[in-house]
Amino acid sequence: MQESAQQKATIPFWRDERILNILGQVAFIIGLLFVGSLIYQNMKAGLARQGITLTYSFLNGISGFDISETLFTYSRTSSYWQAYQVGLLNTLSVSIVGVVASTAFGVILGVARLSTNFLINRLAAFYLELIRNLSLLVFLIFWYLGVFLKLPRVREAVVWPGNIFLTNRGVGIPWGLPTDSYPTFRLILIVGLVLAVVVFFVLRSYSRRTGRAPLTTLWTFLTVLSVALIGWFVLPEKPLAFDAPVIEGLNMTGGKVLSPEFMALTSGLVLYTSAFIGEVVRSGILSVSKGQVEASRALGLNGFQTLRLIVFPQALRVIIPPLTSQYLNLIKNSSLAIAVGYPDLFYVSNTIQNQTGRAVEMISMVMLTYLLFSLITSVFMNWYNQRIKLVER
Amino acid sequence: MTQANSVLPPLAERSGVLRWLRKNLFGSWLDAILTVIGALIIYWAVKGFLTWVFTVAEWEVVAANMRLFMVGQYPLEQAWRLWVALGFLMFLTGNSLAIWARRSYFATILLLASPALLTLFPFGDEPRKWLIILSVTGVIGWGMGAGKPQVLGRIVILGWILSLPMFILLTRGVTPEGGVMPIVGTNLWGGLLLTFLLTVVGILFSFPLGVMLALGRRSELPIIRLVSVAYIELVRGVPLITIFFMAQLMLPLFLPPNWTVDRILRAMVAVTLFSAAYLAENVRGGLQAIPRGQFEAAHALGLSGAQTMIFIILPQALRLIIPILVGQFIAVFKDTALVAIVGLFDLVGIAKTVLAQPDFLGLQREVYVFVSLIYWVLSYGMSYLSQRLEEKLGVGKR
Repeated sequence: MQESAQQKATIPFWRDERILNILGQVAFIIGLLFVGSLIYQNMKAGLARQGITLTYSFLNGISGFDISETLFTYSRTSSYWQAYQVGLLNTLSVSIVGVVASTAFGVILGVARLSTNFLINRLAAFYLELIRNLSLLVFLIFWYLGVFLKLPRVREAVVWPGNIFLTNRGVGIPWGLPTDSYPTFRLILIVGLVLAVVVFFVLRSYSRRTGRAPLTTLWTFLTVLSVALIGWFVLPEKPLAFDAPVIEGLNMTGGKVLSPEFMALTSGLVLYTSAFIGEVVRSGILSVSKGQVEASRALGLNGFQTLRLIVFPQALRVIIPPLTSQYLNLIKNSSLAIAVGYPDLFYVSNTIQNQTGRAVEMISMVMLTYLLFSLITSVFMNWYNQRIKLVER
Repeated sequence: MTQANSVLPPLAERSGVLRWLRKNLFGSWLDAILTVIGALIIYWAVKGFLTWVFTVAEWEVVAANMRLFMVGQYPLEQAWRLWVALGFLMFLTGNSLAIWARRSYFATILLLASPALLTLFPFGDEPRKWLIILSVTGVIGWGMGAGKPQVLGRIVILGWILSLPMFILLTRGVTPEGGVMPIVGTNLWGGLLLTFLLTVVGILFSFPLGVMLALGRRSELPIIRLVSVAYIELVRGVPLITIFFMAQLMLPLFLPPNWTVDRILRAMVAVTLFSAAYLAENVRGGLQAIPRGQFEAAHALGLSGAQTMIFIILPQALRLIIPILVGQFIAVFKDTALVAIVGLFDLVGIAKTVLAQPDFLGLQREVYVFVSLIYWVLSYGMSYLSQRLEEKLGVGKR
């Protein structure tokens, strides 16, 4: 006994795990710092050879290039920094449209995949297998070169019902133009939103008090809608004038013309991502055990109630984490816009970099921006996940 | 009194076409409407596609440029080296099928016969000859494997390990100009060959890096854990294309001035670094699924931490995540297409150059449908094989 205690006391330090761990980490840090400083020295020397110092002040310079699609006024006399913002907003708009549309289509696909209707089921399965084994880049290029640029010329435009014009210059859709009474209408909309929030909280406290489950989302939405409708018809002048595109000579005027680049990028991303979301939704619904449905039917809930109150909340817990990664993928994949020439964040910063030769600065900015996007999306989705996840006791 | 045998059994469910139709297509009004819509979609899509394939599309662009699509600018008189390398792979495939997948006849026949089936496409006489040789090599390999499965097992594994260096050696060559195997510069590698090499190198090198990162992320040493987490989250948070650009533009800056790195090597580094971060998260998932008891039992047996990991935990964790790993490998294969954006001539890059030829202007649909088909067949093939492998290893059944 005495001897073994003695032995323990005199473990040589090269065999003491605690000391070894600390030594190992110190060695790791030294190695990392060494490699890091080597890289940094090389980079500094390399930049010095080319006569460049790291600075971001070039962003104030005049860009001198045009961007085909801008959400705010931008011209070639604007600064690089403004060009960067244009790209940022374009990426955001593609991402938002993409996330909303691919969620909707993905849910339809996932449900169709579970349908008892043989034809619908097989059709969805075929679509999923087809899309998931394609390369997204090829898919996007195909939509751009093989579909949207192959549409007929403006003069021979294909017209779809609802005044939708398909041409190789883009897709023209009717669009609302704000009139004089639009500012008043906007105020009414804000009132509607406030009312909707009130309705939401009233219904929620009612449901907590009584244990009943009112259709909170539906009523909240209906509140906004009805206020908006009342505002629309009460105002002397319609707040938005619908403007359908018209063909004039070689161009389309009026309405809103969605460029082939935008159409190719969003439709490609949506069709691609929704196939993956479809699988996520399907696995989520399948994860809810059959007993839950049977129990809820036994309690007298009808089909819709079962879906809304029993199946959906449980499926959501399984769906949200992989859905988050699909959203992140979509946002990151929107950088492939460069392959179809849509001026998103990556495309614009690539142009800036070609003009100024500031590779390190631009790549670091782009990477940080995308990291920020990813971070915000995952923080939001994680917050939502926390809210809906199973409370265990 | 009713005797038990006088009670009639319940009516057996009648089966028949009508019954099947009622059950699966016209169960309710909604079902019937959906069926009609589905049928219309299928009719419209199939008719449109088939009409285009057989009457409108001009497939000469694919036939005339087949060599470019397959190997890029690789010199024609050296092409035999690639065929020999492929033959070696076919031989190994035949061997492996005979040793490990003896019962899956369908997969075996399909794999061994696929080169011969490819001769139905317009490849020219020289490739046809080689394709048939490939099939024959595969069958010979199968025969040898079936003859002595026990003896060959380890040799075949060794063969697979050596196959990549051998493939690269054969592709690159060893002797200077004028020798038997003159060196072919990487700038001449292209098409499916380049896509294939980028994928295989990316997968092979990202695998150990990914496992190390996963272990680092679960390590109890705070600094190692922090660095691993930072690396994984940083790489996963940015688009792959930025990593390719970084590799092409910034890697030369990071290296000493007298080092030059080949453009293709840079792309390989980018694929590896990117894929490793994703792989690390997959491996971490597998590691989390191993119950604590396994660690404790290994410690009780006196195994050290490293031994526990290598002999007990990792084999189980990796087996658990085989489907996910294959999914990741397919993703790497599809993602390599992005090197076309940084100016390398992989399958997609070659498609661009083909479309730039004045003879083939305006044939974007044909070219990209063909390229998509190659991606689809290979990706689908990989996922199909992984499902077979999963069944064989009994993932999720034990």
